[in-house]
Amino acid sequence: MPTRMLANVGFQTQTLLGNFGDFSTFVGQVFSWMFGGGLRLKNLRNLPDLIYEVGVRSVPVISVTGAFIGMVMAIETYTQLKSLGQEERMGSLIGLSVVKQIGPVLAAVMLAGRIGGALTAELGTMNVTEQLDALRVMGAEPIRYLVVPRFLTCLFLLPILTIYSDVLGVIGGWVVSVHGLGIPNDSYWRFSAIGIETWQVMEGIIKSFFFGGAIGLISCYKGFRCGSGASGVGRACTESFVLSFLAIIILNFFFAKILRDLYYGLYPVRGLFG
Amino acid sequence: MSLIELTNLHKRFGKLVVLNDLNLTIEEGKCIVIIGASGSGKSVMLKHIVGLLQPDKGEVWYDGRRIDTMKVRPLMEVRRDFGFLFQMGALFDSLTVGQNIAFPVIEHTHKPSNEIASIVTEKLRLVGLPGIENKMPGELSGGQKKRVALARAIALDPKVILYDEPTTGLDPIRSDVINELIINLQRELKVTSIVVTHDMNSAFKVGDRIVMLYEGKMIFDGTPEEVQTSEDPLVKRFVAGEATPQELGLVAAGLPVMTV
Repeated sequence: MPTRMLANVGFQTQTLLGNFGDFSTFVGQVFSWMFGGGLRLKNLRNLPDLIYEVGVRSVPVISVTGAFIGMVMAIETYTQLKSLGQEERMGSLIGLSVVKQIGPVLAAVMLAGRIGGALTAELGTMNVTEQLDALRVMGAEPIRYLVVPRFLTCLFLLPILTIYSDVLGVIGGWVVSVHGLGIPNDSYWRFSAIGIETWQVMEGIIKSFFFGGAIGLISCYKGFRCGSGASGVGRACTESFVLSFLAIIILNFFFAKILRDLYYGLYPVRGLFG
Repeated sequence: MSLIELTNLHKRFGKLVVLNDLNLTIEEGKCIVIIGASGSGKSVMLKHIVGLLQPDKGEVWYDGRRIDTMKVRPLMEVRRDFGFLFQMGALFDSLTVGQNIAFPVIEHTHKPSNEIASIVTEKLRLVGLPGIENKMPGELSGGQKKRVALARAIALDPKVILYDEPTTGLDPIRSDVINELIINLQRELKVTSIVVTHDMNSAFKVGDRIVMLYEGKMIFDGTPEEVQTSEDPLVKRFVAGEATPQELGLVAAGLPVMTV
């Protein structure tokens, strides 16, 4: 029995390492094709459609999520701050939470759910219907033609969506704080300005580049490696979302640590960042 | 003169041996038909010829160049010589018929858009579907999809056309249209054709030479006339479409049918 358990652990570890190696190779190929012709205008001819799908069509869901999170933050923090007599500082607390953590993470999770699954399903269906092979035979390497533009779209649009989510979160917090809980308007904005430094806004934006890149790469990888048939595509979509979500949470932890160290490391020149 | 050469080709997926020491030479300008039961390695062999699959052992040669060890970028150039008709067409769902046919031309050339449009029109005329450039693949019937896929396969005037079960899923009349197209293209474009099929009517009609695969090996190589007079029991049964009493017995016993 223990031998079988040990063998099973060994097999699972081997599979996990094998998959990670395969994913790393895939990422290497994406960068190789990106700088090996993938950035030519001809190869980016699908970019406008992708920008519309990933960016413009994500705006409603990002708006609602961002605004409501700001509003919930206002309701939840009011009681705590009021008991300390610090309720006027709500703008600072809401703004800081939104721009540093909640805005980037939630925007990334929403993108992973809305776009990650769709990208995996699209590429997975192309895989099982031999459309990827058809591309290869016609001299259009699928990584260059399909993955590079999708990766770039996720990489550059998530930071923009994050900024949008941040702004709506702060406005949502303002609506509830000022119009619902009676916090003075000038106090909300004054403490927001004091509490949020440019560096902290940048932290959220820097993270979102990596979140976007991870979502794009994982979603495309899962589409390329999906099993046959409808069930294979369905399973790949689920795995794509779960892995993207895990990547966002884990990356967020490492960025919290790295960017904090960087912040204190750059203490002498911190003034440059506002 | 041989254009394509497969030497001692071995390929397995997990424990399943698909190609087992396959040797095959294909001459220029001829139409060779590969027959065999489902799972005998026909489509896998076809994918080796264009480098979509790499053999575990053996060599694939095209026009004096070794394909199986070639890097992706030079392979992309070699593939320009090939047109591939996939079993289900593999048309890009998100592109119109015209964009599908124009795709390889845009990828491989720098032709102006009016020239590309005239190539699309001409290829659609060749497959007997003029004026459907703006339709989406979803609006086409199975037979039309195959013909559009064929138009796309010949968009770059390839030297070799590979057909993966071109008549599967079509009624006998549509199948005959596809057969006629294969013959016409062979005649007009002077190409080398490799047709994978288990439709014997199609094989007799289009083939200059018929090769039969069984369990990843070549068990017959001859003309359409020779295949009809072959005394090999496997070939005879396949051509006649007859199952063995043993296989019929398995069906009667409610067990899964074994392939030929």
